[in-house]
Amino acid sequence: MMITSFTWNDLLFMLDGAKVTILLTLAAMLIGTLAGVVFGLLRALLPVLSLPLAWVLDVFRSVPLLIQFVLFNSLKSIMGLNWSAFTVACVVLGIYVSAYCSEIVRSGVLSVPPNLRRASRSLGLSYWKDLRHIVLPMAMRVAFPGWLNLVLSVMKDTSLVMWIGIVELLRASQTIVTRIQEPLLVLCIAGLIYYVMSLVVARLGARLETRWQEND
Amino acid sequence: MFDYNFHWRAAFKALPDMLGGAWVTFETAALSMILGVLIALALTFMRQGNIRVLRGFAATWISIARNTPSLFQIYILYFGLGSFGLHVSSWAALLAGITINNAGYLAENFRGGLKAVPDTQLRAARSLGMSAPQAYRLIVIPQLLRIVFYPLTNQMVWAVLMTSLGVVVGLNNDLTGITQDYNSKTFRTFEFFAIAAVLYYLIAKLIVVVARLLSWRLFRY
Repeated sequence: MMITSFTWNDLLFMLDGAKVTILLTLAAMLIGTLAGVVFGLLRALLPVLSLPLAWVLDVFRSVPLLIQFVLFNSLKSIMGLNWSAFTVACVVLGIYVSAYCSEIVRSGVLSVPPNLRRASRSLGLSYWKDLRHIVLPMAMRVAFPGWLNLVLSVMKDTSLVMWIGIVELLRASQTIVTRIQEPLLVLCIAGLIYYVMSLVVARLGARLETRWQEND
Repeated sequence: MFDYNFHWRAAFKALPDMLGGAWVTFETAALSMILGVLIALALTFMRQGNIRVLRGFAATWISIARNTPSLFQIYILYFGLGSFGLHVSSWAALLAGITINNAGYLAENFRGGLKAVPDTQLRAARSLGMSAPQAYRLIVIPQLLRIVFYPLTNQMVWAVLMTSLGVVVGLNNDLTGITQDYNSKTFRTFEFFAIAAVLYYLIAKLIVVVARLLSWRLFRY
């Protein structure tokens, strides 16, 4: 009953896949957060001027990620760009993350009471100093839980990149399933790896959150 | 600039089929939402209750649904159940997968919503002579649904987007499935998927608009 053809090498292969998943998540979060902070600030500080930006970002939130991957992948071929699938995945995920991140940053910035900003301005801080020393630190504390949720959801969404041919955790486990024909065992291991990765991120985030709140 | 001729006419010819697929997509999402809300309510009350087994069950369900990819959940239903000799169709696997996912996320929303319904409401209802199920059905749950209405519409949009995963387990009659069918017949990937993207966008916007009208009608007072 307990005999299985799942070998040590298969596990290593899956862990390699998990590495790709983590790398993709990191790259997407890096691109997405940088762009998302800029977009979010624009949305919060210039609400009318940046309305077109909001519409564009809304598109990325209303179209399935799978379709976005396929579309962008074919667009890449049409435009004759010689990008690897990994780059395409990073770009698509990065835009996707920035669409969500901008909303998170925007709500964070808007949660800072206007009176506080007026107070800091009347104390002689310039617009940018006020933004840098008063608004952003407070907005960050509000936005952080949302951002953390975004990290977790992006890590799960990276499983879709298998469609454009990147071997990440889920694709790796599927490859093994095709060979050894024990789907339940292999998929359970894959699920466990995902679960552990999510749990670690969530725990680290919770710890960071409590540490920030100590000084409040 | 482009070394490529766009052939939109072939893609537009497929539009009626794709609209049919869009309807299947919408139906699947709506069905999974209805089931998801019911299961999520059950999970929420299980977690509130005193029976340890049920509480553990609800907690396990929610943490698995929230911490693993939805694609993985569909996979394990489609491929994993085969180990027990259960062979489900790809549509059933998709529906069950999305429902599990929805229920997990919604249960978390409902927990927050339930906290926002004041305790005194339940006590007042009980003291007016309602039984506990009556009080929940007539007093607590209506207020809960109003609080979670916005997250609920959000989740509905999510459910529509998640149905696109059916194509990975071989579903071929939803919007993505039909698009993929045409794609493999004609290799006009960009055109077909662009139309699919537009249709998904329209469905998502439609849900948001209908929800807004509905909330306007429902929550007037």
